[in-house]
Amino acid sequence: MLKKRPRKKLIEIVGPENFDDSSAGCLVYSYDATPNFQSMPDAVVAPRNTKEVSEIVKVCRKEKIPIVPRGSGTNLCAGTVPTQGGIVLLFKHMNRILEIDEENLTVTVQPGAITLDLINAVEERGLFYPPDPSSMKISTIGGNINENSGGLRGLKYGVTRDYVMALEAVLPNGEIIRTGGKLAKDVAGYDLTRLFVGSEGTLGVITEATLKLIPMPETKQTMIAMFHDMDTAAKTVSEIIAAKIIPATLEFLDKPTLVAVEEFARVGLPTDVEAVLLIEQDGPPEIVERDMKKMADICMYENAKAVQVANSEAEAQALTTARRAALSALARLKPTTILEDATVPRSQIANMVRAIMEIAQKYDVTICTFGHAGDGNLHPTCPTDSRDKDEMKRVEEAFEEIFHKAIELGGTITGEHGVGEMKAPYLEWKVGEEGLAIMRGIKHAFDPANIMNPGKMFTENSRKRLVLSS
Amino acid sequence: MTVKMTKREQKIHESFREQMDEAELLNCMRCGFCLPSCPTYIETGYDEAHSPRGRIALMKAVHDGLVAPDDDVERSLNLCLGCRACEPVCPAGVNYGHLLEDARDIFNSHKRHSPHVKAVRKTVFNGLFPHQNRMEKAVGLLGMYQRSGLQNVTRKIGFMKLFPKSMQDMEKVLPAVSRKRGRKIESAYAPVTSKTATVAFFSGCLMDTMFKETNEATIKLLQLAGCEVVIPKDQNCCGALHGHSGEKDTAKELAKRNIDAFEDLNADFIISNAGGCGAFLVDYAHLLKDDAEYGERAKAFTTKITDISQLLYELNFYEKIKLAVPAQTVTYQDSCHLRNVMHTAEAPRELLKAIEGADYREMERADSCCGSAGIYNIVESEMSMQILDHKMEDVVVTNAHTIVTANPGCLLQMKLGIEREGLSDKVRAVHIVDLLLEACGDNPEMKAGEEADERTEAYQA
Repeated sequence: MLKKRPRKKLIEIVGPENFDDSSAGCLVYSYDATPNFQSMPDAVVAPRNTKEVSEIVKVCRKEKIPIVPRGSGTNLCAGTVPTQGGIVLLFKHMNRILEIDEENLTVTVQPGAITLDLINAVEERGLFYPPDPSSMKISTIGGNINENSGGLRGLKYGVTRDYVMALEAVLPNGEIIRTGGKLAKDVAGYDLTRLFVGSEGTLGVITEATLKLIPMPETKQTMIAMFHDMDTAAKTVSEIIAAKIIPATLEFLDKPTLVAVEEFARVGLPTDVEAVLLIEQDGPPEIVERDMKKMADICMYENAKAVQVANSEAEAQALTTARRAALSALARLKPTTILEDATVPRSQIANMVRAIMEIAQKYDVTICTFGHAGDGNLHPTCPTDSRDKDEMKRVEEAFEEIFHKAIELGGTITGEHGVGEMKAPYLEWKVGEEGLAIMRGIKHAFDPANIMNPGKMFTENSRKRLVLSS
Repeated sequence: MTVKMTKREQKIHESFREQMDEAELLNCMRCGFCLPSCPTYIETGYDEAHSPRGRIALMKAVHDGLVAPDDDVERSLNLCLGCRACEPVCPAGVNYGHLLEDARDIFNSHKRHSPHVKAVRKTVFNGLFPHQNRMEKAVGLLGMYQRSGLQNVTRKIGFMKLFPKSMQDMEKVLPAVSRKRGRKIESAYAPVTSKTATVAFFSGCLMDTMFKETNEATIKLLQLAGCEVVIPKDQNCCGALHGHSGEKDTAKELAKRNIDAFEDLNADFIISNAGGCGAFLVDYAHLLKDDAEYGERAKAFTTKITDISQLLYELNFYEKIKLAVPAQTVTYQDSCHLRNVMHTAEAPRELLKAIEGADYREMERADSCCGSAGIYNIVESEMSMQILDHKMEDVVVTNAHTIVTANPGCLLQMKLGIEREGLSDKVRAVHIVDLLLEACGDNPEMKAGEEADERTEAYQA
């Protein structure tokens, strides 16, 4: 419960209809898509504009009330779970597309805009916003920026970071700043825009963003390549990249994932092969044609069982849409679905896939693997049951070893889901003691009172680095 | 750890622990893929408490003792349309509809209804719907009311003004009740084209009274499609209304009586022409899953349930019979349960596209609920009308002359929408079956059908 005074002030700022501290109202904002994390906020507040956000932040700063900004709650690292209580900040009123600037090729949006709505709006004008996280139908741009979301097109087009040009944000002291601009070049001072991207709501509240757009590719083709074993499929990924082709999408799905996805989507994915690569190329027709043929040849050379090109755009879209459902479809298997996003340099993808299989065996847990193989970003996923304490312990140990292996191969603990609270204990493994110290310093400079999404990114309980006896 | 609860809340919490399917609750992994499909989430301006994910989280929290089952929780469950649009989009395959029914059943069994509400519920759920003869009488009364001039008098003296606007409009759009009485003798209707299948027709309670002509049309279409049609007389209301309103025990009784009535007929299909009923018939397998005597029988029963449009489509009806109507623009509003539970969405559209003269235009969000949802438009009329008004905006964009639906509730709701928009002189709403029969018009087979009817009637007399 909030104290009487701040409660009254917050209601004054946003109006009673935009303030909720009923137990049901709080419960439905006590979670995101991360398994095993749930914690009640003290209130849920939905500001209508930047000024209200600023006033809310001032009240919270004075009263030391934690603020957790939340988009649609599709977060996968417990980044939007109010684990220290406080208020959940909703952007349901701040969800407009403010401007599509066809001369500068930019779009300016409020943080609550749904990613897919934005994509559709710009595509109507022949423009392209490439970042396409699997949750794009639900996720908000504000969430995407705070998590620096990736997606299926990351390998060729980069991630959210590569498209954020300017931001408006409310700092933890309530001041409003504007960073960047509609500028291809801008070296005036530190790049605060980039600093905010992926900051997981720990540095302030993003209230507006200007994003870069590019011309819509002329055509697109989609195919799937089927493999008898995972290893060959993973190796083929490296071969394609080594052949100097960068496809728009290069996704990997193993057999259990294929079975679960097909059961849901019924789009005709093969379920009798060990692995599938979902490959897309876009661009001018002749280049797409040429690249698709080359990639098909590489697949066949590497002993793919078969290669199948989608006959229509509808068929292609059905395949990629099905792929986006992979994580949730795997939830069919067991009550709890633990997902990671260990990422390695793409040359190491075959080694990482092999290591995951070995680790699963070692700890006697099931791990299904799918992911953005083309950019080295895998999603090893463990269907389990949080009520089975013994298995949960083994799952945790298995994932620790996967993190360790990823770092050993030159990779990272998280490619696109973020650190949040879930992976905070492992952040030091990736960035080192000194790296962590400077990050904490930055956090302190922005938010000395530690009201912005506390408990995320940093923890007092860093995990000791696993020492493996080889 | 559980929160503080009143005695009644404590009891509900305990019932949740005993009766709710915990595995199913856990099956929701909270990815949020359901959110864009949920009409109440959208209409409440993205309030998670009125989304499928939020409702499941609340059910689980009540189960776990994290929140008390207070009025807010109940409100969240009550505002759900039960359209089940969240189910086909759920990659994890959560059976949301079943969870909702179970939760509502628990709330209802701990309910202290006011004497008035209690009486109404008892009359409707126990006294009326389970008894087809009483349904006929009640609807017969409505017919008398309409024909006797009493309807005109009532309207003139402004009696209906005493009721909320949506009820006033509803009174206006109720179909003119047919004078034809119930079918007296159980007998097969013979196919009028080369025989394709034997079907048993689930004639429904409301459909066989208030929408009697649609039922007659259904039988005719089936005959035209080459079906021998059997209509068991011991069938009764499907129980959907009960099941969705927390009256599960009565629903189970009705289900058993229907299984008894149909199972020995050895029909190839059991045909329904109301999406809401068909979907509940399909759910008998779940409803009776723990019943030693009926569990397996329910499974066999449900595999045969097919919607009329699906069967007509599969039997290539539109290739056999030439379908034509005067030039008009036609659009289709899905019946949620037909689409989301029975997975019939393509068949009605294909049938409509096959009608000469009908310019089919797909409506934006045709797959989203119209707000009818059983008795929802009466008990939650504010939200229902908000949804309907938005639906009508999409209708208007299509410029349709004819809105086609596949369920009586949706049909009435669309008529209500036309009335509210003041479009009654330009737009009509029809059941797909009625439009198809209209489109059969001049076929020689229609004549054969009528002759066959006469023979049947003569035989029955």
